[in-house]
Amino acid sequence: MPLDTLAYISAGLALVGLMAYAILGGADFGGGIWDLFATGPRKHDQRRAIATAMGPVWEANHVWLIFVIVVLFTCFPSGFVKLATALFIPFHLALVGIMLRGAAFVFRGHDLERSSGGARRTIAWGAVFGVASVVSPVLLGAAFGAVTAGDLLNPLKAMPWLSVYGIACGLLALSTCAYLAAVYLVVETRGELREDFRRRAILAGTTTAALAFAVLALAYFEARWFFDRMFSPLALPVVLAGLVFFAGSAWAVFTHKYRLSRWFAAGEVVLLILGWGLAQQPYLAWPDLKITQVVGPPATIIFVLKALPVGAVVLVPSLWLLFKVFKGSKGSTAQA
Amino acid sequence: MDSLSAARWLMTLALVFHIVFAAIGIGLPLLLVIAQRRWLKTGQDHLLRLARKWSKAVALLFAVGAISGTALSFELALLWPGFLEKCGGVVGHIFGLEGFAFFLEAVFIGLYLYGWDKLSPRAHWWCGVVIAVAGAASGVLILGVNAWMQLPVGFQTDAAGNVTVTDPIAIFKQYGWLTMAMHSTLACYMAVGFVVAGVYAWGWLKGRRDDYHRAAIRIAMSVGVVAAVLQPVSGDLLAKFVFKRDPVKFAAMEGQFHTERNAPLRIGGIPDEQTQTTPWSIEIPGLLGILANWDPKTEVPGLDIAAPRADQRPPVALTHLSFQVMVGLGFAMALVGLWYWLRVWRKKDAALDSRPMLWSIVALAGAGLVALEAGWIVTEVGRQPYVIVGTQRLQPLVDAGKAPWMSADMSGYPGLLTRDAATTAPGVQAMFYGFVVLYLLLGVTVVVLLRYLARSDISPVCEPRT
Repeated sequence: MPLDTLAYISAGLALVGLMAYAILGGADFGGGIWDLFATGPRKHDQRRAIATAMGPVWEANHVWLIFVIVVLFTCFPSGFVKLATALFIPFHLALVGIMLRGAAFVFRGHDLERSSGGARRTIAWGAVFGVASVVSPVLLGAAFGAVTAGDLLNPLKAMPWLSVYGIACGLLALSTCAYLAAVYLVVETRGELREDFRRRAILAGTTTAALAFAVLALAYFEARWFFDRMFSPLALPVVLAGLVFFAGSAWAVFTHKYRLSRWFAAGEVVLLILGWGLAQQPYLAWPDLKITQVVGPPATIIFVLKALPVGAVVLVPSLWLLFKVFKGSKGSTAQA
Repeated sequence: MDSLSAARWLMTLALVFHIVFAAIGIGLPLLLVIAQRRWLKTGQDHLLRLARKWSKAVALLFAVGAISGTALSFELALLWPGFLEKCGGVVGHIFGLEGFAFFLEAVFIGLYLYGWDKLSPRAHWWCGVVIAVAGAASGVLILGVNAWMQLPVGFQTDAAGNVTVTDPIAIFKQYGWLTMAMHSTLACYMAVGFVVAGVYAWGWLKGRRDDYHRAAIRIAMSVGVVAAVLQPVSGDLLAKFVFKRDPVKFAAMEGQFHTERNAPLRIGGIPDEQTQTTPWSIEIPGLLGILANWDPKTEVPGLDIAAPRADQRPPVALTHLSFQVMVGLGFAMALVGLWYWLRVWRKKDAALDSRPMLWSIVALAGAGLVALEAGWIVTEVGRQPYVIVGTQRLQPLVDAGKAPWMSADMSGYPGLLTRDAATTAPGVQAMFYGFVVLYLLLGVTVVVLLRYLARSDISPVCEPRT
């Protein structure tokens, strides 16, 4: 197989991993966000519903991030390390957030099980869980923005992720996570609690739409190359399809078709990431890191491609079982 | 602190922290499925309570292992771009294989921890088995990368620095990987077995003399002692591999400054690089040659010809002392473990009536974890100043006409110095200080929560879900 084909297949693999992380891990970030902003008379029920929804699956969801990282450094070693050097600070800070929120989630869960004492610690770890769940997607989104803005290796551009465009991308990521989580939680709750999350879904959905336009407008000024690429004939139809899915999920939330809204919301994120990937190719980061130039040794990539289906034979049924047991129609639903 | 030192300390911190939880993630699920299996067979209440208690401990410790492992996947690229740029395309997929095992583990952890009342007891137990097997597999697979750093095989580099991979699974065909993987996996079982046995032996000494504690000690000691008894065998095989592959590390481990035949095995002692001696050690003449190569007359290269310049050597004292700590604690654990099983065999239910034995088990509770960290220091400090140990390491020996072995399996890769692999990004020091605080916070909280968990009463029936 020609090396260029291998480069594209590898990039596609990383993209699929990113999609999975976004719709699964992203929703877990969103769970943390709504935990932090739990309000009203059903505050505790909201938090409990989030914990119930996340508990069995968050560790598996989190592995998709490692999947993306491993694919990138295996298939594009020289490109990925340059990204890691340019984004040293935001990646480290996001890592701190990811570690803290995972730990805080489990620590708080342990404290909650104790009937007496530990209340102050529970509150403290709950706050850590929430704040870290807000900070991490913003940082990851900002790093993502810096990659799309390009010119990452330019030593004159210090901390590109801290630009207005970068921060806007971060906020868009945050809002999207919140939206996904709210839509999923509507499916997994009943009664008034469900209404709480439905209102949150509408709020986050509106914010996400507004931020998406803001990001696009800012891209015109700060990431012109990427802006133009989004309107290329390859990317545009996919992006538009993503927006249709977004509208579909909003419609489904309004009309109480919750299971459908879950599929639409996840589909929206998948399509938008696909659109981004089509706009971004053939660059890992424009203009210095072209995937066909930073691609690793072919024998290794071929090994990965051959091993993948073998692994999937075991992994896919396992994941199916996990989600069937805890997220299927007989899965748990929380009620206020 | 310069940037390189900060990067090294941050990586050390991340690994030393993760190793504890990785070991627990390998060992504790095994104890758990043994306890649960015995409960399924006998229906005894205390076994179910034990399994549920350990299940909660696994929930906490696995999560911390997962996030500290995530840190490593980030830090490889963030702190060591020079290393990852070289090795990513050659062994990145081995991280992928490990990641696959970890993925399975994470899926079945979810099914297991939250599935007590959603799955049939038998299906639930099998989920635990998958966790135990996948945990061990992830450790064995990740050792492929570590072994490759000591033995870079399966690729070629041309003059322009382009890498061609000739065999992606070359490292798994190496005897060195097999011995390293065996040694570290057994170490994990030893460590966890003795921690658990120590905790419950302490409870027994405090007067909680019941079936619950007896069963816990017995399960923990069966895993810990089998591993402890096998460990010297795997250690000996590994030492023979290190002697052939990396005589510099071998010499540092043994405090061997001078090349000699009939070299003594040094027990204890503090290597002194000024005087080129290892004073205060007990020397057993000829034994080192047997350990290295089955023959006391084997010429053991000392640091004088294996690494004549100081900048070619690892820190000798640290490597030697860590090695002594590891071996010493390992033997102590094997002996105390055999003592326990001797009493079980002779005294049956009265086996735990010996306070000296119980105190010995308590005293060695942390020994396995300390030995694990010490062994890690031997491996990683002992390979310095290289991060990937290639042919350059052997050059002094080749020049001296003393290296008839090893060059065949080495791909001719010269090696990579640790300092050439480190990041050039600013801010490493700040990250190091930040992560010190983070790891302290996580470590202290885990200890506090485990203490609460130990005191909490686990009801034998499954709790209703809220």
